[in-house]
This record gives sequence, C-alpha cells and structure tokens, in this order.
Amino acid sequence: MTDKQISDIKNRIAVIAAWIVACLFFFPIFWMVLTSFKTELQAISVPPKLFFKPTLENFALIQERTDYTKFAWNSIVTSVGGTGLALIIAIPAAYAMAFNSGRWTKDILMWMLSTKMLPAVGVLMPIYLLSQKFGLLDTKGVLVIIYALINLPIIMLILFNYFREIPKEILEASRMDGTSTFNEITQIVMPLAWGGIASTALLSIVLCWNEAFWSINLTASDAGTLPALVASFSSPEGLFWAKLSAVSTLACAPIVVFGWLCQKQLVQGLTFGAVK
Amino acid sequence: MAGVTIRDLRKAYGATEVMHGVDLDIKDGEFVVFVGPSGCGKSTLLRMIAGLEDITSGTVSIGDDVVNEVAPSKRGVAMVFQTYALYPHMTVFQNLAFGLKQAKTPQDEINRRVNAAADVLQITDYLERSPRNLSGGQRQRVAIGRAIVRDPEVFLFDEPLSNLDAALRVQTRLEIARLHERLQSTMIYVTHDQVEAMTLADKIVVLRAGKVEQVGSPIELYERPANSFVAQFIGSPKMNFFDGNDVINRTVDDAQFVGLRPEHMVVSDAANAIVSGKLELVENLGEYVLVHLVSPHGVEFIVKLETAPAVPKGEMIYFAPEKVERLHMFDRVSGLRLV
Repeated sequence: MTDKQISDIKNRIAVIAAWIVACLFFFPIFWMVLTSFKTELQAISVPPKLFFKPTLENFALIQERTDYTKFAWNSIVTSVGGTGLALIIAIPAAYAMAFNSGRWTKDILMWMLSTKMLPAVGVLMPIYLLSQKFGLLDTKGVLVIIYALINLPIIMLILFNYFREIPKEILEASRMDGTSTFNEITQIVMPLAWGGIASTALLSIVLCWNEAFWSINLTASDAGTLPALVASFSSPEGLFWAKLSAVSTLACAPIVVFGWLCQKQLVQGLTFGAVK
Repeated sequence: MAGVTIRDLRKAYGATEVMHGVDLDIKDGEFVVFVGPSGCGKSTLLRMIAGLEDITSGTVSIGDDVVNEVAPSKRGVAMVFQTYALYPHMTVFQNLAFGLKQAKTPQDEINRRVNAAADVLQITDYLERSPRNLSGGQRQRVAIGRAIVRDPEVFLFDEPLSNLDAALRVQTRLEIARLHERLQSTMIYVTHDQVEAMTLADKIVVLRAGKVEQVGSPIELYERPANSFVAQFIGSPKMNFFDGNDVINRTVDDAQFVGLRPEHMVVSDAANAIVSGKLELVENLGEYVLVHLVSPHGVEFIVKLETAPAVPKGEMIYFAPEKVERLHMFDRVSGLRLV
C-alpha cells in the first residue's frame, strides 16, 4: 500500500468515527423529538417503537395547560437582555485589559474565570434573599442581572482575546489623531472586533437560553423561562414521557434553529479567534 | 512650524534604563534622521517625542513649549507608522478625515484638506477604496496623507519604508524628500538603513544602546566619524580596521588602530603600501567590484575597486590610502577618533 492509500484509509476511519460520535450525541435529541409525537402509551412501550402514527395531542395539551409563548418571550427577553448588559460591562473592561495590560492582567482574568468553577447553588441563598428584599423575585429583571453576571467572565475572556488581535499601532494612530477613549472603543475597537463581539453575543444568548438553575429558583409563572416550563412538567404528575418530550422539544427548537443559522459565527466564538 | 529640543531625556522600564540622557536640538524645518542598530532606542526616542511613550525624566519641547505632559494629538506632531496603521474598516477618505473629525473640523474644511493632501500624494483616485484594496506603496501614501492633513509642526516617520520592496523604497524615499522640500516642515525619521539616512537627512543622529554617539550632517559623519562605531555604521561596505601588526611602512601605537574605507583604498606597490592581504574572493557588481582579502594577521577586509585585480586567488596584494586624509585613527580603548 502506498503512503497516500494509508492516509486515505486513516482519513476515512476518522470520518466514520466522527459520524458515530455525532450520532451518539444526536440520538437523545432525535428520540426526544420522536417521543413528543407519540401517545403516552407508545412512549413507554417495550420494545420502543420506531414506527408509529404521529400525533400532535401532546403539543395541543401543552398550549392548553400553559402559555408557551409567554415563557418563550421571557426566554428571549432575559437571554438578549442579559447578554446586552454583559456586553456593556465587558467591552470597556476587555478594552482596558487588552490595551493597558499590566503584570496582573492574566491573573485577574483567571480569577474572574475561576468564579465559573464555583457551584451556583453555593450562592443561591444570598441571591434569593437579595432578590426577595429588592422585590425582584419572579421578575425578568433579576434574570437579566444574574445572566449578565454569570456570563461576564467568559465574555470578557473571549473579547479580551479578540481585542488583543487588533494591532496596537492602529490604536496609537487613533491616539495621534486625538480620539477620546469612548470614540476609540466605539469607532475603532468595536468595528474592528465586530465579528468577535457578534459571535460572543450569540454564544452568550445560547448559554442564557439554556440556563435552568436560576430560572427555576428565582422565577415562577410570571417571569419563568422555557427551562422552568420544562421543569414544571417533570415533577408534579409523575413521568409523562410524551408530554415532557413535547415541551422539551418546544424549548429546544428556537435555540437550535438560531444556533444552526449562526453556526459559523458560533464556531468562531468558541475557538477564541485562535484560528485566523 | 517649530523645532524640537530634547534635554537629558531618560526612559526606564522598572529598574532598567534604556535611554541614558539624550540631548538634542532639532531646528525648525530640519530633516533629522535617527539611525542605529535594532534596540538602540531610536524608535523609543521618536515615540517619546510623539507622546506614545512616557518620559521617565528630562524634557521634550516642541517650539517653546515643554510637551512632556501634553496629549499626543495636542503636540502638533503627526506620525507615519512602519505598519501604516491605517483604519482597515474605513475608506481612504475616512482614514484621512478621521483626525479632523475628532477635532470637530467643519465638513467643507475636511473635504478641502483631504482633497489637497490626496492631490499632493496622487491618491485622489483611491479615496473611496478601502485600505485592503491598495498596494503597499499606496497604503504608505495614505499613511503619509493622514499625517499631512493634520498640518503638523513636526512629522514623525517610524521606519516608513521597511515594508516596501526595494524599487518602491527608492521611489518613496524620493517622494518623502520632495515632500520635505515642498512643506518645509520639521521631519524626524527613524531608520536602520544608513542609505536612507545619508540620502534624506540634513542631520543624522547615530544612536547606540540608548545613547547618542554622534550628531552631524551626513558628510561629516562619513568623513569625520566621532568614533569607531559611527565609522563602521555609516558607509557600505563598512570601514576596515587594522591594528599596528597589519600596518606596514608606518608605526602605529599599540593603543591605536587605523580605519580605512573600502572605497578609499587603491592598489599600490609594497614600498608605498599601508596594508596587504591575500585575495580570497571577488564579487563583481558590474559597476564596481568588491575584493575580499585576509591580512597576514588574519583580519578580513574589503576593498572596492573599479576592476578586479588580475591576480590569482591566494596572491598577496598591497594597498595604500587614496589620500592621506582618508586615513582615520581611533583610540583602542575608547574607540574615539584621534585628531
């Protein structure tokens, strides 16, 4: 066998392995969507049924019992709001760290990131009590603030890496041109890092959308997001797989479609601008 | 327009001092070139004048004002960067207009000044293009244009030609010289290329390791280098040095050595020669030849001749200085020129 043939075979094996892993990841989602179209009886049948007559009764029931659109709207408002607030804080902060970095810049970033390693439940009590005292329980406002804060470290880190790729001379040239710090950020840094900011925002929106812990604990019927809606279907009535699958499908669908449309930008954000 | 005065300028990063007390007077309208090997502090010095680098101690004055604490944009200076540093997301017009916009200049004044600068640099046709779609030479013109529109008292150039190819470098060098003639502004130019320094400068400042080695006109530096460093830095190929062992027909003190430029050596007979060398290699450049030789004591040196010597490789050749004034004497310890 020639070297070329060997490398072809290696490539083929890698592709097959990648497909297998991808299918493994995708299978639960596929099964969830499938189950959402079954009756409760079909959902728990053994052996599981792959072919059946699909029904929309689960979806109808959900819309009857709850207000899906309200939860979806809450999800949109809190994800976009939380991301927006985080960006307003992170852009100037990342600018300062990227262009006026000192000895401790990296350590400060690491320290910020380390807060992501703490279990959220550790601060549940204080945050719950604070929200209660300020009358923020079950409001979208509290989720916007919490989402902004929990995503801030990761947004900072990604933006920091993007900003550092801007040649320093361009900022020096703008300083020679007499730009104020505000104009430097809005007219030079932001346009130049636009792709990075957009993909960071997309990533943050996805993270906010999927956030369940704070939504379940701090909100109820007024400001609950889709994960809270899903959770409400799982506990009180025992396990109704078909309905649970249907509501989960409804919760996932918007963000999956959104993620699929913005795939390119998301991948860029996740690779931290390392490949350029 | 204004001159620049620098007094005991020092720069330290923590405990490490990189500029060791520079004094310099740059007259109004003068074209001054800072030259030196990499790491000599020439760019740092320029950036301190620009205000991009903090001053540890000493003063920089532009005109009559000390500008140590003045923001870069308020110093009346404009800088052309080595990497051009154009704003990639703006058109050429916007690049040129950006500084004027920041200063809240009226739009028709902006149009007038941008068009005038574009005219001088012949970039009027590219005004609506983005820098991405320009060649290196065109980008460099835009960078120079961005400096011109601000109508500065002092132009600062930080190795502006080093990203251009050889042909374009010569052309742009000429354009910069013409620009200086036309604008009559003070210009400070940093380069490590001594040809640029020699051709452009009214005055050259040779720097080494954060210190000024010599300040003078190109011809002064060439004919009367203050020390052996300047002697070798200015001129190409660089000056040959010989100590007493290699010098014949003449006694040279042990504490001294002789410097002789390759272009100032002529073939002579043994009786009138000052040095000799075994022929190693001949590089023929058409217009002239560079002859590489090794002296009896193993010192390699180069002689620039019109035609190649008609002797085989390994043969001993004798050389005399073209004129006796071409002979430079230096102190062995300090490297200083001896009069």
